[in-house]
Amino acid sequence: MAGEDRKPARLVPWALLSPGGLWLALFFLVPVLALVKIALSTPVRFQDPEFSWDFGNFGTALSDYGAQFGRSFLYAGLATVLAFAIGYPLAYCVAAYGGRWKDLLIGLVVIPFFTSFLIRTMAWTSILGERSFVTKIARGVLGDGFTFTGRSWGVVGGLTYNFLPFMILPIYVALEKIDFRLTEAAGDLYATPVAGFWRVIFPLSLPGVFAGSLLVFIPAAGDFINARFLGSPDTTMIGSVVQDQFLVQLDYPSAAALSLILMGIITVAVLVYSKLFGTEGLAA
Amino acid sequence: MSAASSKPVSNKGKRVLQVVTALVFLYLFAPIIWIVAFSFNKPTGKYNLQWKGFTLDNWLHPFADADLTSAFVRSLQVAAVSVTLATVMGSMMALALSKYRFRGNSGVDIFLVLPLTTPEIVLGASLLTMFIDFNDAGIPTESFWDRGMFTIIIAHTLFCLSFVALTVKARIRGFDWRLEEAAADLGAGPWRTFSRVTFPLILPGIFAAALLSFALSIDDYIITSFNKGQTNTMPIHIWDSFKVEFRPQVNVLASMILIVSAALLVGSSIVSSRRAK
Repeated sequence: MAGEDRKPARLVPWALLSPGGLWLALFFLVPVLALVKIALSTPVRFQDPEFSWDFGNFGTALSDYGAQFGRSFLYAGLATVLAFAIGYPLAYCVAAYGGRWKDLLIGLVVIPFFTSFLIRTMAWTSILGERSFVTKIARGVLGDGFTFTGRSWGVVGGLTYNFLPFMILPIYVALEKIDFRLTEAAGDLYATPVAGFWRVIFPLSLPGVFAGSLLVFIPAAGDFINARFLGSPDTTMIGSVVQDQFLVQLDYPSAAALSLILMGIITVAVLVYSKLFGTEGLAA
Repeated sequence: MSAASSKPVSNKGKRVLQVVTALVFLYLFAPIIWIVAFSFNKPTGKYNLQWKGFTLDNWLHPFADADLTSAFVRSLQVAAVSVTLATVMGSMMALALSKYRFRGNSGVDIFLVLPLTTPEIVLGASLLTMFIDFNDAGIPTESFWDRGMFTIIIAHTLFCLSFVALTVKARIRGFDWRLEEAAADLGAGPWRTFSRVTFPLILPGIFAAALLSFALSIDDYIITSFNKGQTNTMPIHIWDSFKVEFRPQVNVLASMILIVSAALLVGSSIVSSRRAK
């Protein structure tokens, strides 16, 4: 039986892969190639850009918008660190002490996702706005001029908020597999609870930490909604520049060059990262 | 449960951890509480951003804003079509990758991860570029390809597809494929084996992936903003109209989506934990 099945069976995985694979090829690979083509074109006034192996767009993009690039990666990096700092304790607490409420508690982390990103961000503008009571309390402590919004910390806070679940879920998945009796074993070997955590539990959870960091950093670096609603013109990120060049200025070659630089930097970062730490946790 | 809790030192640590966790949950839910609370607000101006007083009006007339309602319906349509397409194609890919060993397996894996590691803005921009190219090449983008419903669905299916494939693959990693052999030994054909044995067992994973990709689709602003043409989805409408108004009906509709999906999520986790027993 098995012998007869083998030959057609070899085609089965490819048959299963083909519809999705074609979709990805046609609507991901081809568009990226189209983007490369236009990034290498010379803009022509009042006409379509002409393809010309023109690498100048890349140089101009970098020199004109270096500040926005720097800011995007800085904010995304800070948001990643913050999301780790507050997401890890939550994931740990649920995994270690959640008991039979585990599934429900981790499900709660996902629920805010089911309202629009945009509305959640607007909610923050109201909660942390000029006239909100939170701002009044903060002003009592930090002085009259204090505002949450319009500053870089507003943007970083918003990014942290919006991508926090992407940090928590993979860390939780990694922690949940760990047998917490290991801390007991560490204790028996005279490790303090703190040492037990850092030497035993934390290293085991690293795949989740790495996956979570990527899943927060990537969307945060390309985001512009938080910068728009919680920031000011001084906190513009590269995403707004790309959107503006594409949809308002209609300067496709520069916009395409900017997108490809962003994609290039992130892809290199991801490849290095996954070479070092693996992509196992990414799908969780 | 854990032995660590028997020690007084880590008992204190546990307490601190629980307080931190509660605070993080509060941070996660603050905007959600705001959204639901402000759906009962009675704003005096056009912006529902300051608390003015309690009313049930918004919930009694959730569809009072015609433009918002049509954008809402369109978002649901887009999500329904894209999630269906992505779930079918993505689950097929996940099955192929986890059940069969074949050459190129890891290549396909990387290919699947790429759309997720590409910033949304690049996905949106590259699709727009391609649609414009099609138009220039004489493929009638103005009618059939008109950037609108059709192009939005293409884009949403794309990002949901990778997401579903990777999530389902992760969920069925521990699946015992010998169950299929057992079914075959009992005389079941390949199709019968799949529909009676394999499919019911992987269904909860597929359902969870579909639910989460529904959230991704209904939420998306960035990619949609590039490929929307003249069509408005709910996030697009909210963004565009924010210059002139922010009506409480937005909160009502958002709360409705929230309640329905939370119910589905909780329901499915109850079902799957029952099955696990």
